[in-house]
Amino acid sequence: MNLPANEDGKEILGSLEEWETFEVFHQKKRGEQHVHVGIVHAAGPDMALIMAKEAFGRRRQTANLWVVRSSAVSATSYDDQDIFETTPEKTYREASDYYCMDKIRKYQQEHGIKDRKEDRRKKKEEKTK
Amino acid sequence: MYGNAQIDEKQKSKSLTEGEDPDKLAEFEARITGGEKIEPKDWMPKAYRKQLIRMIEQHAHSEIIGALPEGTWITRAPGFRRKLALMAKVQDEVGHGQLLYSAAETLGKTREDMLNDLISGKSKYSNVFNYPAMTWGDTAIIAWLIDAGAIINQVTNSKGSYGPYCRALERICSEESFHLKYGHDNVVYLATGTPQQRELVQDALNRWWQPIMHFHGPPDKMSEHTVVLMKWKVKMATNDEMRQRFLDEYVPKIWDLGLTIPDPKLKKNESTGEWEYTEPDWEEFKRVINGDGPCNKERLQVRRWAEERGAWVRRALMRAEQKYTVPLA
Repeated sequence: MNLPANEDGKEILGSLEEWETFEVFHQKKRGEQHVHVGIVHAAGPDMALIMAKEAFGRRRQTANLWVVRSSAVSATSYDDQDIFETTPEKTYREASDYYCMDKIRKYQQEHGIKDRKEDRRKKKEEKTK
Repeated sequence: MYGNAQIDEKQKSKSLTEGEDPDKLAEFEARITGGEKIEPKDWMPKAYRKQLIRMIEQHAHSEIIGALPEGTWITRAPGFRRKLALMAKVQDEVGHGQLLYSAAETLGKTREDMLNDLISGKSKYSNVFNYPAMTWGDTAIIAWLIDAGAIINQVTNSKGSYGPYCRALERICSEESFHLKYGHDNVVYLATGTPQQRELVQDALNRWWQPIMHFHGPPDKMSEHTVVLMKWKVKMATNDEMRQRFLDEYVPKIWDLGLTIPDPKLKKNESTGEWEYTEPDWEEFKRVINGDGPCNKERLQVRRWAEERGAWVRRALMRAEQKYTVPLA
């Protein structure tokens, strides 16, 4: 870290080199997931929690905070964006891609099976009239 | 995919709260009654921790073992699209196992211990996976109706009291909705197809009806034990309540297709709103869950094989920086 020096050449903030950044995770309500909200700079985890409380718990509903040393975080690279790509043809993984009511109704009509939702549908239609 | 919690009835003679600090216990129970979630570092009674580990671990095992009968059908699935969808489903199930093992780990049992207990037969998994998927019709019935039963159980349990389990279940339920629709689509396709296709799916339904009725577990003895676990929101509904919910939602959908259910007594009592049915053979259930089912040995053998064959990979990953030098002479 390059820090500004005093006129006599002595580093003024040298001790801050011992400090670290901590990633802050905020939980709004008990039971919910903790969500990353930002970073604080502190001499250790206890102090980071105090800083996190001031910076991120001050104005909003907070149930709990986590701090994690930034150096402990492993991340993917933005250069590898292609690993997250998915193809639009993969709709077979979506619930919305399956509809079989037409098949069911056709079969019911051909085989004389009562459509149990028919009455409800008719009532609805009458109401709207 | 999982049935309802198998309560450890052996413990029932002793009080679940024996030796616990009464003040801490009262505070804990008040929090649960107030709808709060319990988190890993919070104080909790020993019996709460024990039952949750048991339940989440069984659930995780069920996801992993449950992927086996369906996984064997990937290469035989009719058509490319169904192969892709089945692969995606099996991948989801194994992923659910991972989410659940992690949730159980927050309570202090290691993954290695859980996997060893599965292989040794000490830990159980959902009984239905001890039956084989004989035809493509069976996989359709599994994907639709077993997953349907599992969703009813999982949605109910996601309202429970242990935070990490509830959060995992919410994620799982959102993925299961695809499985359910995919399974229904397969059943409808067969049921509205040629006479042979209809016969295939009807036969599968006949074979699977008893395991489906077993799925949520035997009727609960409403022991003191069960009452406490329900108060602690470990168990969220009785096995019979879950079964009723399942029947109410899915029997009409089965009948919509003109399929028959192999139980002449099955009908809804309109005055009570409850379904009446023939009790499935609970002796068979007990026998199968204790190891004497058509596939128990095979399922565990596959799991043991994977564990043994993968051991060197896990060891190598622990010391990724080490290089292995092949001796030249």
